[in-house]
Amino acid sequence: MTTPFAPSAPLLSAHRLAYSRDDEPVFGPLDFSLRPGETVLVEGDNGSGKTTLLRVLAGMLPPGEGEIRFDGRPASRDSRNGRVLWLGHRLGMNESLSARENLDFLAGLYGQRDGASTASVMERVGIEAWLDEPLRTLSAGQKKRVGLARLLLLPGDIWLLDEPYANLDRHGIDLVNALIAAHCNTGGAALVTSHGAVRFADPNARHIHLDA
Amino acid sequence: MSRSYLPHWMHWLGSPPNFYRFAGALRPWLIAAALVCAAIGLYGGLVLAPPDFRQGDAYRIIFIHVPSAWMSLFIYACMAVTGLVALVWRVKLAEVIAMECAPIGAAFTLITLATGSLWGRPMWGTWWTWGARLTSELVLFFLYLGVIGLYNAFEDRRRGARAASLLALVGIVNLPIVHYSVVWWNTLHQGSTVDWLHLSQSSIAPSMLWPLLVMTLATHLYFFASILGRARTGLLSLEGGKQWVRSLVTETSR
Amino acid sequence: MVTAVQPIANSTPVAPTTDQRSSGTLRACAALLRRDFTLAWRRRGELFLPLLYAVIVAALFPFALGPDPELLGRIAGGVLLVIVVLAMLPALESMFRSDLEDGTLEQWLLAPQPLALLALTRVIAHWLTTVLPLIIVMPLLGALLNLPVKVLPVLMLTLLLATPLLVLLGAVLSALAAGARRSGILVALMLLPLAVPVVIFAAGAIAAAQSGMPYVAPLTWLAAALVLAIVLAPLACAAALRIAVEA
Repeated sequence: MTTPFAPSAPLLSAHRLAYSRDDEPVFGPLDFSLRPGETVLVEGDNGSGKTTLLRVLAGMLPPGEGEIRFDGRPASRDSRNGRVLWLGHRLGMNESLSARENLDFLAGLYGQRDGASTASVMERVGIEAWLDEPLRTLSAGQKKRVGLARLLLLPGDIWLLDEPYANLDRHGIDLVNALIAAHCNTGGAALVTSHGAVRFADPNARHIHLDA
Repeated sequence: MSRSYLPHWMHWLGSPPNFYRFAGALRPWLIAAALVCAAIGLYGGLVLAPPDFRQGDAYRIIFIHVPSAWMSLFIYACMAVTGLVALVWRVKLAEVIAMECAPIGAAFTLITLATGSLWGRPMWGTWWTWGARLTSELVLFFLYLGVIGLYNAFEDRRRGARAASLLALVGIVNLPIVHYSVVWWNTLHQGSTVDWLHLSQSSIAPSMLWPLLVMTLATHLYFFASILGRARTGLLSLEGGKQWVRSLVTETSR
Repeated sequence: MVTAVQPIANSTPVAPTTDQRSSGTLRACAALLRRDFTLAWRRRGELFLPLLYAVIVAALFPFALGPDPELLGRIAGGVLLVIVVLAMLPALESMFRSDLEDGTLEQWLLAPQPLALLALTRVIAHWLTTVLPLIIVMPLLGALLNLPVKVLPVLMLTLLLATPLLVLLGAVLSALAAGARRSGILVALMLLPLAVPVVIFAAGAIAAAQSGMPYVAPLTWLAAALVLAIVLAPLACAAALRIAVEA
């Protein structure tokens, strides 16, 4: 896929980035960059440090060595927060609240994308009928879709998606691929982890391979 | 990265294998010095020093009580300082030292409380009074227990060490406030309490002072010996499986 | 394709102006308050538990000490203070736990809002939902224990200053314990040393009012401590939350 944007400063780049837990190297040193319109697939077996890499990029773990930059500037709370949308193993939503309540709260924290509304993003991920049900009554796959709806609702051009395909059926996987493609077409970028069982839609996407 | 702000020798000592060797070499000397000082101090305090004209021989417990009380605060300060280093620079050794300070400090605090109680019984006929210093000491004991409890409640020990270090720092802001408020509270309910430690504040005869100072030196030496030993074992269990620990084991088993 | 999504970034996004950011921060705090109130309303049954606890303990005192109104009246102020502190404890422990478990805290951390301010907002929501009701039922509990009528306003004013302070301190401890495997009694153990000065000054004000002496000085100290805690505790709480999320 050719990006509609001219090459410019990468949204996100890592320079000799490495992380060790208790002096045991988890990954790295890695060099990569994420430009507007790009998708990078992080592959590796279980325990190879995919989630850790994403948590370091998201600033939830301190980088052991090396540097992370956003728009060419060293990562800081100011340069990172609001730009990064994080979808991890944990949904980040309260199960006693409905999808609408959860999404409205997050829109309050992050702001809202132009033209996006809670109802429209829920429709896009195909579970608008569940908008007002408490999340705990939803299936695992449906909850994952609410998480995807969050990505569409909130502004933020860098998507860090940790195993977004987990718990999803074939249609769900196609949906994730379509959402990522649409996001990249509008100048966003995504870093996606997968343990390799899922065929990624974009054959030209770059891959980072982590060894256990 | 940010560690380069530290002086070179600190950086060298912060490396676990270096610290392990350094502490192992220093510890026997510290223990020996602590024992010698304790022997001199106790002899001076229990034998040479004259009996107090009011308290007779009962006052002699100050040679344990007062140094322990000083240590309980000194160790808390050590814990807070190393805890700050652990939080800011994430130095593993600082985390270990801060966390190993807590049980030693709690032990000294307990000794202070127990000896104070033992002293109070013959002097004022009560095991416990809510005097300003004793109450502050009791609060300090709970602060230590909180740090120990929080540290041990974590599965990931390094994360537990950082959380407990933060608690220790909160505690150090709290301690003066506690002391001030307890003093205020005591003046409010005046007459009901006697403060055992007033004695150490008033003038003290030189023949009693020097054993007290020697005992203080002994407890400091003991603390340093103890923290070095505890930090060594703490590092070993954190770093178990590392190359330097493996080679250590093969060296000693040969 | 997604029609709702507009182009987001032209590779160099303009940093939000201070004005935008502060209005966004206000909106974020309002959203958090609304969410916490909704949650509290969903679980409104749980909100009565501290009240029930306070009533039970207050009702037990006359049985343990005898119904002598004069004795009860003399100790009522201090007893009610301790009852409120104890009734607050269980809820303090779980202030951040569920948000950590379901990943909400991760979203807090990445939001373009100051984490300390979110923590402060959570403290306000917590105080309004779990502690304010306790203060509101004070006249009832005071009547049970024969609290002198002239002391009641001072007691309530004292609680209005002391309980937010305790929730602020408790929030730091709760955030510290949130990442721990088990916390149980831990928050209470950690809170005790921090609560001692608060209880001393609060009890000082109540005792002074009871004996007809000026009670403004201890209340002023409480107010000063509250202001200090409003500034410092959210920062410590944010630092603790960062440690908690760092799994």
